[in-house]
Parts: sequence; structure tokens; C-alpha cells
Amino acid sequence: MSNLSNTIQKYRLPVNTTSMFVIVLFAATLLASMANLLVPVDSALHVSTYTITLLGKYLCLAMLAMAVDVVWGYCGILSLGHGAFFALGGYGMGMYLMRQIGDRGVYANPELPDFMVFLDWGELPWYWLGMDNFGFAMLMALAVPGLLAFVFGWLAFRSKVTGVYLSIMTQALTYALMLAFFRNEMGFGGNNGLTDFKEILGFDLQADSTRVSLFMITAVMLAIGFALSQYIMNSRMGRVVLAIRDGEPRSRFLGYRSERYKVWLFVYSALLAAVAGALYVPQVGIINPGEFSPINSIEVVVWVAVGGRGTLYGAVIGALLVNYAKSRFSVVMPEGWIFALGALFVWVTLFLPKGIVGWVQDRFSSLAQAPAQSQADDDLEEARHDESIMINKELAQ
Amino acid sequence: MSFFDKALGSTREVMRRDQVWPMLMPDAPKVNVDKDVILYVEGLSVSFDGFKALNDLNLYVNDGELRCLIGANGAGKTTLMDVITGKTQPDEGSVYFGQSIDLLAHKEPEIAQLGVGRKFQQPTVFDAQTVFTNLELSLKTNQGVWSSLTAKISPVESERIDYVLNTVGLQGQRQLLAGALSHGQKQWLEIGMLLVSQPRLLLIDEPVAGMTAQETERTAELLQSLAGEHTVIVVEHDMEFVRSIARTVTVLHQGSVLAEGSMDEVQNNKDVIEVYLGSET
Repeated sequence: MSNLSNTIQKYRLPVNTTSMFVIVLFAATLLASMANLLVPVDSALHVSTYTITLLGKYLCLAMLAMAVDVVWGYCGILSLGHGAFFALGGYGMGMYLMRQIGDRGVYANPELPDFMVFLDWGELPWYWLGMDNFGFAMLMALAVPGLLAFVFGWLAFRSKVTGVYLSIMTQALTYALMLAFFRNEMGFGGNNGLTDFKEILGFDLQADSTRVSLFMITAVMLAIGFALSQYIMNSRMGRVVLAIRDGEPRSRFLGYRSERYKVWLFVYSALLAAVAGALYVPQVGIINPGEFSPINSIEVVVWVAVGGRGTLYGAVIGALLVNYAKSRFSVVMPEGWIFALGALFVWVTLFLPKGIVGWVQDRFSSLAQAPAQSQADDDLEEARHDESIMINKELAQ
Repeated sequence: MSFFDKALGSTREVMRRDQVWPMLMPDAPKVNVDKDVILYVEGLSVSFDGFKALNDLNLYVNDGELRCLIGANGAGKTTLMDVITGKTQPDEGSVYFGQSIDLLAHKEPEIAQLGVGRKFQQPTVFDAQTVFTNLELSLKTNQGVWSSLTAKISPVESERIDYVLNTVGLQGQRQLLAGALSHGQKQWLEIGMLLVSQPRLLLIDEPVAGMTAQETERTAELLQSLAGEHTVIVVEHDMEFVRSIARTVTVLHQGSVLAEGSMDEVQNNKDVIEVYLGSET
């Protein structure tokens, strides 16, 4: 037994979490992409474009889950409003895609999106200017959620708002944004949102190659986000963040301005969510105020809880599993999903407090400890053996 | 010519390889202790909803002293610590660290960086991280957000951590999670965390609560060895323990100082006897 574990130890590849994650993610992405583009449609191994888009969507949601895990799992900030940053990033991308439609809209107005023509608006509102430039639109898709997170975080953390009060405030934030975006006067398409997109950077959004490219870009961004988050959590900043989670007063009396750490972590997390949102919109083809709904943000927390908070890959696994389950479940019983989700949350909280990843780790470490124990027994036996030889020798003399 | 000389002189100064540039030297906050007093607390009053937790309290602590604060529950010991460390703002009064630093003008993290370390009543260590990391986090380096992203432990800092691990007797538990330590070990780790940050003034709240007799004895030795290099203020209920370490004892009662002096003086003080025995009978 101990020989076996020694051998395993010896031949274990020296891979860390990040490279492991990136390898698995890229392998899966490449396989799926090749199965879509290279394998003929009638083959059993062919992956449909619908599936590719679905996978791309899952990866975006996994990135959102990672963003929530960064603040909740590592710093104890339970944000129930991360959907807001996700949706704002999505609206940034949506505005760009809307401007790309040009005169191909129903009203064939080269300048104004259809809903503005419908509302009898004469010209573009000032905040739509420049959104036809991809670079500028992406900058806005990041800057607006980032700034919102900074202002919100600065006000909340400086006033030492924590725990359930903070969670409620984040819910209020996303709810207020939802109500605002529902209004036609806001100039974001009201409750229909932004949709009917044609192309992105000149590529047809309906084409298989565009779909696969978007999917692969999403995988790359998720990998970058993962590596960056892993770097932050392995640096001293990560250790300070954990210290703030476990004892904020102590960390303050050690000389750390905890509110600054929390604000910057919150901004980083909001940026991750915004990137996820910006990648999500071209793949699903629509963004509407429903994305701001409080229930969406709560759902993200459930994904993280299921996967296991405090490990970045746990959040990703949780998001993928729960969303896959949602896709399957919604086909069978669309109205039942919300109840199933609630039941899942209760079940996980009661029986898997550390999530799936934590549960697997516990099982694994108890397996790993067994050989270590037997090794100690071996040592003890050896020592006894030596001792008995000594005694025998003495007796012989 | 003189300008040239000056320029040459300052260039030489900059190019000298036997010393660090002055601008790169860490500027340790200077605590002015010309008058040998490190902490001035004067006329301090704090009230919570009309209840006077501190009432015109005056306290002076000398540099390098080991001072014990005693007093019944509600005498204001913890409130006093809260005010000194910036957690509570007083209604009236002043708190000066050395001659020149007004502690009331600073927040908790700034006061910690100025060199005031505090140990809580309940041991508060970061359970989810190792003993070593706990000490690393207590290092007095640049504690800003951005520098923490690239921070590495320097050899000097690593030595400092090892030295402190030896001082508090936790070298064997270096890589253990702090949450796995015993109660007494956690108390020592917390004292160690303060030591790593090289504070001038240590505020220690009930260090031996819940300790075994042996652990108490070790803690007493530890605190005595710290006095001199650091100034130590200990709040404690355990009279035996206070007697074993104290040189000067301050008795608090209802938010102000009732008596001050050596343990014997205090124990024979009429007011103290009246308050203590009066409350017991």
C-alpha cells in the first residue's frame, strides 16, 4: 500500500492548478470546435452549432460565477447583485452590435436603432455616440461597471457595511438598474432590450465559424481570468484578503486598510463579470433588462455554493453543472426549475457546506492520509525490530 | 567652481555604495519620548447612551514600562484600549503617543502602522492560514493594496519571523494551520504577530485567560522579557499573575483611575479595599 502511494507521488506531474485548469479547458474547447467544423454533419461525433453556442454561454456564466467567488469565497462579501455588472458589460457589447446593424433594420435608418425610430427620436442620445467603434464600446463595457463597483464599494466598505446589509444593498442596486432599464426613456430599448444583431467586426453572427470563434475567445478569456485570479489569490494580497474574511478587526489592527482591499477586489470582480457579460451577448443574441433581475444574481451564488466557494475551479464546475441541469430540466418542466434550484441550495447548504469540490477534497485527503498513517506504522515497526535485535545481541553477550 | 564642487559632491554622495539612498530608507515614524513618557491620556471621557464608560481618565505610561491595568468588569479597561487604538472616538480628552503624535486624529490601521499593537481578549488569529503566514501578514512593510500584489518576504523579514517564532515558542508549529493550535498557543501566536510588527507600545488584553498554570508561567516570562525594548500595557483579572509580573499597577474604577503604584501599595490602598471588598460583601 505504502509502496503504491510512494510510486504515485514519484510519478505525479508537477502541474499547478492554473495550468491544469487551462489544459482541460483548452482541450475541451478544441475538441468541441473541431467536432463542429471538421466532422461531417451526419457523423455521430458531430457537435452542432447550437451546442457550441450553448457551451460558449456556459463558459460566460462560469466566468460570472468565478467573479462572485472572488469576492464571496475569498473575502466574505456576499454580493447578490453581480448580475448588474454582467448586464452592464452586456449592454456595452449590445450597443456596439446595435450600431453595426446600420440600415438593415426594419426601418432602414442608417443612424438610429429601430426602437429609437419607433419612439420618434430625431437623433442618437449622447451616450450612444462612439459606440459604433468596437474599441471604445469595449472600453465602456468595462469602465461603466468598474466605476459603478468602485463608487458602490467605496461608499459601502468605507462605512463598514458588511454581512446581510451589504447583500441587501447589492440586491437593491441590481433591482434599481432593472427598473431603470425597463423604461423606454432610458434609451436602451426598454423591456425588449437590444437584439436582432447582424454582425460583429464584419463577421456574420449566424455563421458557424463566428460562433466557434466566439466560443474559443470565451474559453481564452476564462483562462486568462482564472490565471489572473489565481495569481492574485496566491500573492500576499490574497492572503490579506483571506485575513480580512476571517478577522477584519484583527487585520485593521495589524495596519491593513481593509476597506481599500475590499474596494479593489470588488472592482476586479465586477470587471470579470463585465467581460463575461460582453462575451455572452453576441452568443445568445439578445440583452434585455431581465438580466438585471435579482433572481439572476442569486442564482449565481447558488452555482458557487454548489461548486464549492473559495476555490476558483469550484465556481466554474458549479456553474457548468447547474446550468447544464437547468437546460435539461427546463425542457421537461419549465416552471419547476426555480423550485428545484431553491431545493438544491438548501440541500447543498445542509449536506455539502464546502460544495462538490470540498466534498471531493475531503474524500481524497482521507484516502491520502491512510497511506501516510501506514508509513508511520512501518517506521514504528522498523524501530521495534531494531530494538529487538539490540536486546538479542545483549542477551547473547 | 563652487557649483561644480557641489554637484560633484552630491553625485559622489548618490554614488556611494556603502549606504542606502536616504529616500529609499523606510522612514520609521518617530515617537518623541524626550520626557520618558510614551503615552499621555488626559481628561478622557466616553459615554455610551448616557453610561459613562470613561470619566475624566488620566494615565501616563513611561517608555519601556510594563504596566498592569486592573479593575472590575465595566471599569473601562477595554474602552480605554478601544480609544487608544482608534476604534472608539472619545467625547472629550486627548491621547498622545510620545510628545507629538495625536492618536485621536488617526484610524486603526494608521495607529497600528505608527507602532501600537493590540492583542484582543479572545485570541484572534487567522485560523485558515498557517502560523508562518499569520506572522508574514503582521510584518511591518508597505501594506498598500498594489504593493501586496508583488510582495515577497525578504531575508531580513524571514529572519525576523524565525526570531519571533523562537521567542513565542512556536517554531515546531510553523506550517500548521493557526486554527489547529491550542488556546494557549493561539494567545502566543497573537503576541508573536504583534512582535513581528516591531511596535513601540503593546496593549495586551487578558493574556492568560483560559491558560493552564504552566502556560501562564511562560506567558509571564514572555511579557517580562518584552518590557524594556517595548512598552507593555497588560489588562488582567488574575491577581496572582499581575503580582508575578507587575512593577506598576493602575486600578480603574467606574471609568477613572482609583489608585496607582506597586502591587503592595495598591493592595493596601483604602479606596481599593473599600471598592473591592465593598462590592463583594
